Amino acid sequence: MPHHYFPHTPEDVAEMLRRCGVGSLADLYADVPEELRMTKDYCLPEPKSEPEIREYFKHLASANKQLTCFAGAGYYNHYTPAVISHITGRSEFLTAYTPYQPEISQGTLQYIFEYQSMMAELTGMDVSNASMYDGATATAEAVMMAVAAARKRNRVLVSATLNPAVRKVVDTYARYHGVRIDTIPACEGVTSLSDLEKMLADGDVAGVVLAEPNFYGIVEDWTDVAEMCHKAKALLIVNAIPSDLAMLRSPGEWGADIAVGDAQSLGMPLSSGGPYLGYICTTKALIRKLPGRIVGATTDADGRRTFVLTLQAREQHIRRDKATSNICSNQGLMALHTAIYLSVLGPEGLREVCGKSYAGAHELASRLEATGRMKLAYPAQPFCNEFLMHTDFPVDELIAQGVAMGLLPGVKVADDAILIAVTELNTSAQMDTFVELVNRLPK
Amino acid sequence: MNSTYYGRLIFELSKEGRRGCSLPDTGVKGDYAPLPDNLLRTKTPALPRVDEPTLVRHYHNMSANNFGVDSGFYPLGSCTMKYNPKINEEVAALEGFTAVHPLQPDYASQGSLEAYYTLCRALAEIGGMSEFTLNPFAGAHGELTGLMVIRAYHQSRGDDKRRVVIVPDSAHGTNPASAAVAGLKVVEVKSRPDGTLDVEALRPLLNDEVAAVMMTNPNTLGIFETDIPEIAKAVHEAGALMYYDGANLNPLLGVARPGDMGFDVMHINLHKTFSTPHGGGGPGSGPVGVRKGLEQFLPNPRVVRNADGTFSLTDTDTALGSVSATLGNFAVQLKALAYILTLGASGLMEAGSLATLNANYIKESLKDKYLLPIEGVCKHEFVFDGLADKSTGVTTLNIAKRLLDYGYHAPTIYFPLLFHESLMIEPTETESKETLDQFIDTMCTIADEAASDPDMVKAAPHTTPVRRPDDTQAALTPKVTYSDLIADADA
Repeated sequence: MPHHYFPHTPEDVAEMLRRCGVGSLADLYADVPEELRMTKDYCLPEPKSEPEIREYFKHLASANKQLTCFAGAGYYNHYTPAVISHITGRSEFLTAYTPYQPEISQGTLQYIFEYQSMMAELTGMDVSNASMYDGATATAEAVMMAVAAARKRNRVLVSATLNPAVRKVVDTYARYHGVRIDTIPACEGVTSLSDLEKMLADGDVAGVVLAEPNFYGIVEDWTDVAEMCHKAKALLIVNAIPSDLAMLRSPGEWGADIAVGDAQSLGMPLSSGGPYLGYICTTKALIRKLPGRIVGATTDADGRRTFVLTLQAREQHIRRDKATSNICSNQGLMALHTAIYLSVLGPEGLREVCGKSYAGAHELASRLEATGRMKLAYPAQPFCNEFLMHTDFPVDELIAQGVAMGLLPGVKVADDAILIAVTELNTSAQMDTFVELVNRLPK
Repeated sequence: MNSTYYGRLIFELSKEGRRGCSLPDTGVKGDYAPLPDNLLRTKTPALPRVDEPTLVRHYHNMSANNFGVDSGFYPLGSCTMKYNPKINEEVAALEGFTAVHPLQPDYASQGSLEAYYTLCRALAEIGGMSEFTLNPFAGAHGELTGLMVIRAYHQSRGDDKRRVVIVPDSAHGTNPASAAVAGLKVVEVKSRPDGTLDVEALRPLLNDEVAAVMMTNPNTLGIFETDIPEIAKAVHEAGALMYYDGANLNPLLGVARPGDMGFDVMHINLHKTFSTPHGGGGPGSGPVGVRKGLEQFLPNPRVVRNADGTFSLTDTDTALGSVSATLGNFAVQLKALAYILTLGASGLMEAGSLATLNANYIKESLKDKYLLPIEGVCKHEFVFDGLADKSTGVTTLNIAKRLLDYGYHAPTIYFPLLFHESLMIEPTETESKETLDQFIDTMCTIADEAASDPDMVKAAPHTTPVRRPDDTQAALTPKVTYSDLIADADA
C-alpha cells in the first residue's frame, strides 16, 4: 500500500510507467550517475500514524513551560481573537501561493490591499508593501533602501536604543552589503540628539534609525529630528511597535520617511519566535524603492474594481541582480492575520488595548518600586507598556523562581537589570504574584 | 470558485458605533498620568469599525475568490504545490507551542528546542549535510544566508577577494538578487539548450575571485545535471564552494542527496518539499545546511544538544552574524517535522519518484499537442514552449488563462527565460492519475479550441470572478491604499 498522502495504486503506477515508456520507477532516474544514487534508505524513523503524531507533539509541547508572561523585548503577549485562526485556516487562503493569477487570487490580493491600507493608516505613512519576514529583517531592508535611495552615501546611523536583537541583524546585512553603521549614543535611556546632530554634520549619512518606543520602553521626543535629518539629506527610519501606535505619535507625524518594524504585537501568537511579520511603510516619493510585493487597485476588462501585484519592475524575478531586494515571498497569511486583527479591534479597540497595557505597566512599575527591591532605571522618562528596572538581587534568580511559580517576569538585560512588559492580558492578581515573588527573594 | 465577485472592501462596511471585540477587565484601578501631549498621536487611524458577523462574512466571501491546493490542481512549476496535511496544522497550533515567548529561558522551552533540533537532524540526513540552521524565513532568505556562510568561510581563510558568484542563466531570479544583497558580483554562465550547466563553459570563468557556483538540481527545466561530479571537482579545485538551491529538491527524495553530489552549502524550502502551506506567499521557511567543516559559520542563534540530553541556545563568534532575531518561523518548522515523521523513511523514499512519474506522465501525454523543446525523461517538472501548432497565434498566456476557466491553477509561465513561450508544469506526487487524466484532457481541449476558435481562447478567462485586469493602469497611477481610492473618487 502506498502512503496515505499518495494516491497511486500499483495498477496506476504500472499504467503510467507504460505511457512513459519506462520499465520501473527507478528507470526514471537512469540519468543520475550511479555513484550519486542513495544505496540505502534514509536513517529516519518509520512512518507514524496520525494518533502517534498527535501524541508525539503533545509530549514535546508539554516540555515547554506555560507561563504568565511579563516578557516583551519586541514580542508581546496580546490577545489573539478567535475569528483570526478560523479565517486564516480556510484552505482557500492557507493553501494558495503568491497571487500570480489575479483572476483567481482576488481574495489574497484584496486582503493584502486592506492590510497595506491599515498599516499606512497606523504608521501615518502613504504606502506599505505586502509585508516582510519579521521586524529585524524589515529594518535591515529599510537600511538598504535608504542607501539605495541616497546613491553615493552608504553610512547609516542607528540609535543605541534600538532593540539589540534587531541591531544584530541590521549589522549582519550591513556588513555583507557594504553599508557602514554607526551608533548614535544614548543618554538617560534616550537617543542623544546633540550627538545625532554632530554625526549628521560629518556628512555621508543616508539614513537614521530610531525606535518608538525604544528598547527600554521609553517614548522619545523627536521634535525637529526629521528636519535635522532631511537637512543632511538623510532619511529618517522609525522602527515602531505597531500596537503602541494607537496611542503614540505615528512615524508619519514625526516626519519619518520609512516606518518599519514587527507586527507581532498585533495579536500574533508568540510561538517560540514565529511566524511573525515585518512591515515597511514609506512615502509616495519612495514607493519605487520599496522592497517586496505591492498590491494596487485597477479595473478589469468589464470595468470592475480589481487588485493586482504592481510595480513589479523593482523585483528580483525581473531585475535579477539589479533588484531593490532579493525578497520573493511575502508573509501573506500573517498579513491576513493583521488585517483581521485591526478590523476586529478597530480604532477604539486598539486604543483600549494600548490604554490597558499602559495603565498596567505603570501600576506594576509602581508596585515593584514599592517593594524596595527594584528601581526604575530611567524614572524621569515617559514609557508606554514596557520598562527597565534595576534589581538588588540577581535577575537570573528572579526568573528562575518565577518560572518555578509559573510566571515569566521579563527579559534579562544585565545581571541586575530586567525589562518588563505588560499587556491587556496581565491582571492585577498576576501582578500580586509578581510582587510576592520579588518579596520572597533573599536579601 | 462558484461565488459571484464580492467587491466591497472592509472599509466600506465600516460604521461608527460598531466594534468586533470585547477586552478583559484587568482589575487595574490606578489612574496614571498620560504621556506628554507631543508624544501622542493627533489623528485617529481610519481603521474599519465592524461587528464580528460582518467581519467573518466579509473574509469568508473573499476566500471564495481564491484558489488553493485544496481547491484543485495547482501545477505551478518550481513551486511544488503539494497537498498540505491537516494534522500538521493542528500540532503546530498546540498551546504548548504557541504561548512560548521567544526569549523564555532555555530550561523553560525544551520542547521547542527539541523540535528544532530534531528537524535539523532529519534535514541533515535528507540533504547529506553535517548541520542545519532553521533560522532563515524563506527560500530567498536561505540563499542569502548560505552565501553569507560562503563569504564567512573565505574570510576565515584570509581570502577576501572572492566576490564573484557564478549562476547559470536558467537560475531562479532570486539567485542573482541574493548574491547582490550579500555583496557579491554575479557572473552568468550560459547553459546548454536543455538548461544544464556545461562544465567546459564554466571552466574559463573559474579563478581566484570566485566565491561560489550556485546551482539548482534538477535545473529549472526539470533536467538532472549529470555532469555534477565533474563540475564540483572543477569548482573545488578553483577554491570555490558549491551552493545548492533546494527549490527543486522534491524529485530527489529517496534518490540522491545534495551532500553526496559535492555541494557544500544548500537551502531547503520547507513550503515546497516538506508540504507546509504557502499561505498566499508566506510564511515559508528556508533552512540552510552545510557540509562538515562549515558548521561554525552558521548564523546565531543556534540550538545545541548537551551531553545530558537537554537543549541550549548558543551564539558563537565564528558565526556569519544573525539573519533573524529569533529561531525563524517556528510554527512552520513544526509542520515540516510532522510531515517528515508522518511519511517516515519509507514514505520519503517513495515521494520523489512518484513526483517524477506524474510529471513524465503529463509530458508524454501532451507532447503531440504542445511543443516539447527537450525530449527525454524529466524529473519533477518540465517545460513546454507553447502550442505545437504555432499558426493559431494562441500564446502561453492565453492557455494559462483558459485553464482558469476549466478550474485549474495555471502553470508557471514565461519562466525559465530560455524559451519564448515557456509553460512550466509541476504536478507533485500528491495528485492522482484521475486528476492528471482530466488535466490532460483539458489541455487537449484547449489545444483544439486554439485551432477552432482562437479568438475565444485569446479572450480567456471567461468565467472567473474578474477578467484580465489592467496592469498598465495599476502601475501608471499606483493606488495602493483605501485612501488613494477615496482621493481618486473625489478627484
